[in-house]
Amino acid sequence: MQLLKLENTVNFMKLRVPALVLSTILIIGSLVSLSVNQLNWGLDFTGGTLIEVGYPSAANLDEVRTELTAAGFADAVVQNFGSSQDVLIRIAPREGVKAATIGDQVLAALRTGEAGVEMRRIEFVGPNVGEELTEQGGLAMLVALICILIYVAMRFEWRFALGSVSALAHDVILTLGLFSVLQLEFDLTVLAAVLAVIGYSLNDTIVVSDRIRENFRKIRKGEPEEIINVSLTQTLNRTIVTSLTTVLVLLALFFKGGALIHGFATALLFGVIIGTYSSVYIASSVALMLGVSREDLMPPEVEKEGADLDPMP
Amino acid sequence: MLNQTPLWKHILVILLIGMCALYALPNLYGEDNAVQISAGRNAVVDSSLLSRVEQTLNAENIDVKRVEFEDERILVRLKDSDTQLVTRELLERELGEDYVVAMNLAPDTPSWLEEIGGSPMKLGLDLRGGVHFLMEVDMNSAIDKALEDMVGDFRTALREEGLRYRTVRQESDHVVIQFRDEETLDSAEFFLKNRNRDLVFTEEDSLILEARLSEQRILEVRDYAVQQNITIIRNRVNQLGVAEPVVQKQGADRIVVQLPGIQDTARAKEILNATATLEFRMVDQDNDIRDAMDGRVPPGSQLIDDRQGIPQLLEKRVMLTGNHIIDAASGVDEYGIPQVNISLDSKGGNKMSQGTKDNIGKPMATVFIEYKATGDRDANGRLIFEKNEEVINVATIRARLGSSFRITGLDSPKEARDLALLLRAGALIAPIQIVEERTVGPSLGQENIDLGMQAIMWGLAAVLVFMLIYYKAFGVVANVALLTNLVMIVGVMSMIPGATLTLPGMAGIVLTVGMAVDANVLIFERIREELRDGRSPQQAIHHGYDSAFSTILDANITTFIAALILFAVGTGPIKGFSITLMIGLITSMFTAIIVTRYIVNAVYGGRRLKSLAI
Repeated sequence: MQLLKLENTVNFMKLRVPALVLSTILIIGSLVSLSVNQLNWGLDFTGGTLIEVGYPSAANLDEVRTELTAAGFADAVVQNFGSSQDVLIRIAPREGVKAATIGDQVLAALRTGEAGVEMRRIEFVGPNVGEELTEQGGLAMLVALICILIYVAMRFEWRFALGSVSALAHDVILTLGLFSVLQLEFDLTVLAAVLAVIGYSLNDTIVVSDRIRENFRKIRKGEPEEIINVSLTQTLNRTIVTSLTTVLVLLALFFKGGALIHGFATALLFGVIIGTYSSVYIASSVALMLGVSREDLMPPEVEKEGADLDPMP
Repeated sequence: MLNQTPLWKHILVILLIGMCALYALPNLYGEDNAVQISAGRNAVVDSSLLSRVEQTLNAENIDVKRVEFEDERILVRLKDSDTQLVTRELLERELGEDYVVAMNLAPDTPSWLEEIGGSPMKLGLDLRGGVHFLMEVDMNSAIDKALEDMVGDFRTALREEGLRYRTVRQESDHVVIQFRDEETLDSAEFFLKNRNRDLVFTEEDSLILEARLSEQRILEVRDYAVQQNITIIRNRVNQLGVAEPVVQKQGADRIVVQLPGIQDTARAKEILNATATLEFRMVDQDNDIRDAMDGRVPPGSQLIDDRQGIPQLLEKRVMLTGNHIIDAASGVDEYGIPQVNISLDSKGGNKMSQGTKDNIGKPMATVFIEYKATGDRDANGRLIFEKNEEVINVATIRARLGSSFRITGLDSPKEARDLALLLRAGALIAPIQIVEERTVGPSLGQENIDLGMQAIMWGLAAVLVFMLIYYKAFGVVANVALLTNLVMIVGVMSMIPGATLTLPGMAGIVLTVGMAVDANVLIFERIREELRDGRSPQQAIHHGYDSAFSTILDANITTFIAALILFAVGTGPIKGFSITLMIGLITSMFTAIIVTRYIVNAVYGGRRLKSLAI
């Protein structure tokens, strides 16, 4: 069985200008949203307290709010989490040393209303810890991109390296943009997912670049654009199959993995799809625009010992 | 002939997989609800305790699966969690305060597997339930305290040396010494520099000398403050009765405390924050202790039990409190007799010297004061703490004591070690505060495991079916590799001591399942291409594997870089994710390239083939 039976080379690069325009618009849109709406930073980054409780039957959120206000937590954000019995309460960080006991106080307050409230989880993150994490997270992303740039430049060529890194940046910005536009919560697991997206998208890009390099060496004639088209066509089946299996497991994670892992699965699902697109249109187009040519990809000439000596008579 | 593998390579691969499978095995056996007994402060766990425990359990007709005694602890394995609760309460009552009785989930690994070092994967707190605290040591106050000590120390030292100064005072991060003339400054600088090599002295002007802590000294102060806090927290955690607590340094000034299975975080926090102090007091020899024991305690004195439960009559007046102790270390004197060396700060040294000068030849007692939770609560639901006083040592004052002295006359090196530990625990510590807390209830933990397992199963099933339909016979080969890969991930995770399975870690496994087949997809698509180009099946297999190899390697190395960076900066759950991702990348390369190749070779190799089922 085969997904696509391709007899002829698909002219992917014909659409490269519209694709670049589309990507540019999306990137600008994401950046605008990121600067206007910003990200809905999760507790890990902002600091504060989060309490998840389980009620024996469907919880009355208004009552919960009243109880919390009475206990001095008027600023608490109360919402359902996963099911109607599960309630998530968020409290912004506040000054004072006793911040660490907020979780217990909230729990005590809720138990006055309904004794059967079950503590499912309490998370408290001090404001400094959150700040450090934001810095570390940003740094991690930057270091990852630079390391990958260096590796790809060493293994391939700087044009491919720039191509793959722009594809990665593209994926990361769009994924962050999605989280910003939809105001989905951005927590530590989502950060991990974004880094995994970098890994995945790169995987795809490398496979395509590898084939382009091989074809430049194999097909002596032909314009760079043509060779890129041939390579993309040859790898298309693989690209689609791998994306498909990955999307399959991510769907399993999304639907079966529970509410805690939702953000993670969402980021990866979106990232994988965007990553597949970018490895075709961004990485190759950028390399093409930078003027990748056959000469750049030829294996270095190995000088044979005594090659310049006259042949023995 | 193409596509044949030498036998030794087959054997090697089978051995490797077999080993991983063997170490993955303990994960299938599940866990027992157990009660664990370990020694408290002055007790040992031995075989007599074992028989005592067994008798108690028999007398109460408790249905026990097994009682084990190893590594200085007794493990009582029980049939279910209800009996576990009952047993814990029973044993706690029976054994009293000298032993720590904790509930535990003990892996039910068969003994032959245990002997070769097999154990199931460690589960993170998000899967087991429990509390995670991140505590930060207040370094400023530790450094402040060090500077404060410097001030007192300089004053004493300069006075003794006959060097006249105008003032010695602390200023933010350094100490300023002002002199009346340049000459004294020069000789004082020379004297102090020689005396305190871990300080940095600078002449601010001709009359002012400044002293700063050297980088090295600051590091020492920080390190000591953290270590001291860790020691104290460990002591307190033992009181909580947690089976496998983790108390660890993280970064420069933070301490991670993980208490699996603890539900009552309020109690945990209160106990961790409970303070212990020390007091040095004189033994009251003017009054008769027998009178006091009969109820006629003199007004200026107090009866306090020592560790053997024998009461001692002490003066109420406190000569010195423990917050002047800088360090206490056990050791031996020149005759090999155990002793404890105590260093006090300069204020403490002065007080000690004043207090002891008229008391030479008289006994001095060291009292350890702890606030212990009684287990009861007051009307507001707060825990009630009980002040617990105990005489931990009585020693005769041999001479006028200063800022450093020693306690001798101890029975054993162990006693010296215990005393030093208690002295340190009661010393002033740099205050700590909780900067992060994560508590996961037991039901959520189990739910997370179930959800994670379901996601893995569904993801796996989907991929297996897809590969089978899409690649037929080769799909079967890829599926065998995928399943082998899962077994290997679990095996390797169980073998590496530091690896912990977390919920994101399970997500990492799911992701690995989806991405691991990529290598096979690459190879199989290559083989198809080669076949289309008109190569023979054997050649197509050979070329397919060969030319896909470098692509797979490049793709995996770059993903590995991303995972490695995640590991380096991430904490807790994120580390768990990156660990499974990295292990998965390595094992998937092995199974997708080598294992499938050998299977393909074994099936197709060395034959004439007309076509391939791919």
